[in-house]
Amino acid sequence: MKTYEFIEASFKDGIALIELNRPAQYNALNRRMVGEIVDAAESFDRNEEVRVIVLTGKGRAFSAGADIDEMAEDDPVRMELLNQFADWDRLSYIKKPIIGAVKGFVFGGGFELALNCDLLIAASGTEFSFPEVNLGVMPGAGGTQRLTKIVGRTKALEWLWSGARIPAETAIQHGLINRIVSPELLMEETLRTAQHIARQAPLSIRLIKDAVNKAVDYSLYEGMQYERKNFYLLFASEDQKEGMTAFMEKRKPDFKGR
Amino acid sequence: MYETITYSIQNGAAWITLNRPDTLNAFVSQMNKEMTHAMKAAASSEEVRVIVITGAGRGFCSGQDLSEVDENMDHGEVLRKFYGPMVKQIYKCEKPIIAAVNGVAAGAGFSLALACDFRLMSDRASFLNAFVHVGLIPDSGNSYFLTRLVGEAKALEISVLGEKIPANQALSLGLATKVFPADDFQMAVQQFADRIAALPTKAVGLIKRTIKASDHLSFNDYLEEEAQGQRIAGLTKDHREGVQAFLEKRKPLFLGK
Repeated sequence: MKTYEFIEASFKDGIALIELNRPAQYNALNRRMVGEIVDAAESFDRNEEVRVIVLTGKGRAFSAGADIDEMAEDDPVRMELLNQFADWDRLSYIKKPIIGAVKGFVFGGGFELALNCDLLIAASGTEFSFPEVNLGVMPGAGGTQRLTKIVGRTKALEWLWSGARIPAETAIQHGLINRIVSPELLMEETLRTAQHIARQAPLSIRLIKDAVNKAVDYSLYEGMQYERKNFYLLFASEDQKEGMTAFMEKRKPDFKGR
Repeated sequence: MYETITYSIQNGAAWITLNRPDTLNAFVSQMNKEMTHAMKAAASSEEVRVIVITGAGRGFCSGQDLSEVDENMDHGEVLRKFYGPMVKQIYKCEKPIIAAVNGVAAGAGFSLALACDFRLMSDRASFLNAFVHVGLIPDSGNSYFLTRLVGEAKALEISVLGEKIPANQALSLGLATKVFPADDFQMAVQQFADRIAALPTKAVGLIKRTIKASDHLSFNDYLEEEAQGQRIAGLTKDHREGVQAFLEKRKPLFLGK
């Protein structure tokens, strides 16, 4: 396993774990750290033994946001040439399920990173916030877009304009997160969810993610056509034969991801 | 470190004493802030297994210091800035909290006692939901806690009529955990605090957590909360000690871990 400076990456029993590892800075994201996250996620995406990717942070917070020191002196030309958000785009091309296990602060860039996950499990007491407005800027890594797609324009504007801290209980009401669990059991419960997904037919999981993501961008008509193609495609898989045979034989299927 | 309260830790108990006896420990904004700070310290201190809140002198707490109130005061902002954070800190604390009500607890002083887990009362102490007498509504979480403790009908009587509730009446209403004679009060509180400090602290915290959760969760979600709580408790050393002591037919020695 590759070693990184700002994250830790490992995998066991089909589940890959990416841990943000700047606990003293509440896992504030710098550019190299984002690069490392993407690098680890892509290598897990290519690794056939990995079925699910779990993303979390070491210490008390998931991530308190972007490293402000790093960008305080930036100018538009430098940022255009740097094209830092290209890394974030690559994160959205990951095909395997990404489950975020979040806690403490999920602020700014940390919130945007969480919004890049497919499922979010939050420890009770977790707070979400886009505080960029307090610094005279705004989210730049998808915050205004992904948040609005999930919670709608009304709440997105309220939260983005106020910079308010959104408690986990509110986040779950608006469909931002999937579950709230006891802080002591955040990893245990997240891994339980991950293991459940890891046991399903990997190609189904993969093409479901692919089709659901299309629902966000496509018209309903195009989305329906896309879904159909993915549905047909799964009938080319060994796991479809295994799944349906096992069902008829009243036994548990043994999926191979083929 | 504090000016309006005192804070000390003895035998696993954090003692927070409201210390403005000449005003029967009336709240000023500084006292709100110091209480919030002390509660936070007690909640995060590893050696603290129970928190006792009491008052210096004759009273427990007479509520807001009315000399701080003038016509320019924005009462809503005072709650948002001072009382709210204090009560939230108490509410989210998972350690057991005892209000040792040594004398009158009126207005926000009554609210403070209501926010605690146990209310031990001296037989000379009393509660008074005094807000209505100055044309205000019960605040600092008062109606939230009071309604849950005594039901809507009684909460309404207590809040609208604003009658003094002596200790023995508080006991029969379920507002007081126990009432002790004034002369023995200090010692009785000490003994009760010792007893609570010797409990399996993590389990007590998880009991508080699940009881609070039962209030707003659906039954299915509550059962999940319960399963997680029991999973956490099942991992504590105190659980193992409890089982071991039972098998060895001896009293368990819980360490709060």
